[in-house]
Amino acid sequence: MRDFAELYRAIDETNRTTEKVTAMAQYFAAVPPEDAILAVSFLIGRRPKRLVKRPDLITWAVEAADLPQWLFDECYDAIGDLAETIANVLQGDGEGGEEHSLNWWVSERLLPLAKMDPALQRESLLATWKELSPYERFVWNKLITGSFRVGVSQELVVRALSQVSKVPVPTLAHRLMGNWDATPDFFRYLIAEDEGESHHSRPYPFCLAYALEGEPSSLGERNEWLAEWKWDGIRCQIVRRNGETFVWSRGEELISERFPEIVAIGNSLPDGTALDGEILAWGNDRPLPFAELQKRIGRKVLTKKILEDVPAAMVAFDLLEWNGEDLRVQPLSERRALLEALVASEQVGNLKLSKAVPAATWEALFEERLTAREANVEGVMLKRLDSPYLVGRKKGSWWKWKIDPLTVDAVLIYATRGSGKRASLYTDYTFGIWREGQLVSFAKAYSGLTDAEILEVDRFVRNNTLEKFGPVRTVKPELVMELAFEGIQVSTRHKSGVAVRFPRIARLRPDKKPEDADSLETVLSLLGAKA
Amino acid sequence: MPTSTLLELTDRGLFCRAGDFFVDPWRPVERAIITHAHGDHARWGMQQYLCSVPSEGVLRRRMSEGANIESLPYGEVREINGVKISLHPAGHILGSAQVRIEHQGRVEVVSGDYKTDPDPTCAPFEPIKCHLFVTESTFGLPIYHWPDESEVFADVNAWWRSNQLQGKASLLMGYALGKAQRALAGVDPSIGPIFLHGAVQSLTEDYRRAGVALPKTGLVMEQPKDFAWSQSLLIAPPSVHGSVWLRRFGDVSTAFLSGWMAVRGARRRRAVDRGFVLSDHADWAGLHRAIRATEAEEVWVTHGYTAAMSRYLNEQGINAKPLATHFEGEQDAPEEAT
Repeated sequence: MRDFAELYRAIDETNRTTEKVTAMAQYFAAVPPEDAILAVSFLIGRRPKRLVKRPDLITWAVEAADLPQWLFDECYDAIGDLAETIANVLQGDGEGGEEHSLNWWVSERLLPLAKMDPALQRESLLATWKELSPYERFVWNKLITGSFRVGVSQELVVRALSQVSKVPVPTLAHRLMGNWDATPDFFRYLIAEDEGESHHSRPYPFCLAYALEGEPSSLGERNEWLAEWKWDGIRCQIVRRNGETFVWSRGEELISERFPEIVAIGNSLPDGTALDGEILAWGNDRPLPFAELQKRIGRKVLTKKILEDVPAAMVAFDLLEWNGEDLRVQPLSERRALLEALVASEQVGNLKLSKAVPAATWEALFEERLTAREANVEGVMLKRLDSPYLVGRKKGSWWKWKIDPLTVDAVLIYATRGSGKRASLYTDYTFGIWREGQLVSFAKAYSGLTDAEILEVDRFVRNNTLEKFGPVRTVKPELVMELAFEGIQVSTRHKSGVAVRFPRIARLRPDKKPEDADSLETVLSLLGAKA
Repeated sequence: MPTSTLLELTDRGLFCRAGDFFVDPWRPVERAIITHAHGDHARWGMQQYLCSVPSEGVLRRRMSEGANIESLPYGEVREINGVKISLHPAGHILGSAQVRIEHQGRVEVVSGDYKTDPDPTCAPFEPIKCHLFVTESTFGLPIYHWPDESEVFADVNAWWRSNQLQGKASLLMGYALGKAQRALAGVDPSIGPIFLHGAVQSLTEDYRRAGVALPKTGLVMEQPKDFAWSQSLLIAPPSVHGSVWLRRFGDVSTAFLSGWMAVRGARRRRAVDRGFVLSDHADWAGLHRAIRATEAEEVWVTHGYTAAMSRYLNEQGINAKPLATHFEGEQDAPEEAT
């Protein structure tokens, strides 16, 4: 347990990905396979479900620490994290506890909790807390409360495994797909030498676009450029080789399991094909707002209902491999011609072509771009017709020309403590706008302020709290901030009856009084929408 | 405030009416007794300052030139308007003192900031029996339990060595007055050269002059431009974090030495590579041990978790109340005075 707690600490204490990867690689190399595979599964998010009820946990911690309940609550308020609060209020530094492997702790102490009644759970936990050091206690509490999270993605875990085993990243990602049990045998298979399987699963590195700052006329003649909509979904590649289909996200993550309909597209393609495009939620012959697709992201189990409610489509915009041949050096115009022919010949309904935006001049394109919001797209992509498919973000041949965000002046009305780095600071805000002389909640925003501004707002929240409801504080409606956002939808989540997309704080507006903030009418008229 | 007590809280600070003096006042007064030289306790503009002998050098550096500063050896009694004053070690930083006030058989003690853990750079905290004890509560919650100083420095030394192997300089940040010198006294100087930031340098000289044994150090600013820093330990105030001052060191691992590092959120907010838990304040258990040792019948609680601390003391049968002073203590914010 000590090694695993130290690994958690090492990952948690640094922001540098190389250090996180090194720490993981050292851990994987040092511990036996039965520990390594458990660590892999916890780190990539296959964490145990909550095994102990939260109120029980608090009761036992208060008892073990011999504190009044209110003082425990004060401690929780100061720390903002239950697992850590419990770890810190308990005395003892693991004296007398024997050092056991992670596997021992999981099989002897963690998994049995699921079958215990509360009285036995209490006994087991009190013993465990005594045997562990404070930091081990903290990690343990994270594990048993189903809240084990640490700042690494599956991608980083795979990189660390690759460093240790010399197995290529795509192979590891592929091997981690599907159902597997965290057994030592599986770990041995995971890091076994690659026997050519990586070749047929591997995606091409994605070509990324730069944001266009100036006028598009600076790029040259309009007819040298392909204009497409900038789709607001999940960038992906469908790779079809050796009778198998792989759907890769931009982070080199295999997302096949989450999108069976996209895999179905791949299954209908001939071997030796790689398509680049965007996965979108699709309905009534047009993309649905990104919020719909979001309902599917992060879901491990796809129900029939979600598959029916939010069907996914692939909007293809590039053909990278055809008949097993790498097309990336060919000019876009030629790849595009092949792609158009391919999509036209395919009989799969949810494979779409990313059509060219028909606008003969830059001026006409400018006009078209203004309709982007109605079309549920983010703006326009400009791609040079004679360019090859480049690797990564290179300036010059791919540009994104987004629509400017909408902005609104809104008033801070509620604040909640953040989590992680922002735990114990009030950093999650709800904003109100005016409707019939009242401030109604309109959007939540978390990002956009500097660290110094966050401290300033935190101080304001603490000094201007009107009421507390659990973790939420109602504050004096005094602070005005400018919010930027991308789109708007009817919603029942907020009192205002609308919800915005990508809300973030553009800046503080100390120059504005709350009465100067915008009203719902202005917001709706700004969008040209009707309530 | 009713005056059955010798001390009362005024808008200028803690005031002893019988003796006509203030303890750590925050507005200009005639006579101020200063517990220690940190900015929230020792302010400018007092007509007369009285502090402990070991505190004098540092206080002089921090107050305006020509300030009227008088000093008193620990334990020596001075009478002011018929009130007996003596200063006793508080264990916080060099020269930090508790102020013992005695008048007509009644004894009251203002602790200032204090710690009960050992510290080679200052005299250890001395428990004093009294009727009223004014305590700090910077870390007055039971989530703060300090590890042994020796363990902390073993970790610091290991971090420094590991950075050397990776070819990185080691930057250790802590308050310029007190923490920096304690760090210096605690690390193993045989590992490599130690260099100080200018703000730490002058105060460290004051410590040396006061007879505190500290390892040999150089000054960052005096090293040549192309100096190779990768074997060095650098000691600097927290304000250098993220500043251009760091550029000269090339690859550098950053660490912060503070009691706040006991909480993960605070550590992550700092965005340092390492957080070492070392405080010049008492932890939860230390505060309670110190308070019990005074056998005081009444306790006033200043800066920190005053409300929680007072409520808990009351529940434990000790008559306590929070006091709204202007002392800020060691704040968990980026803009420390030191």
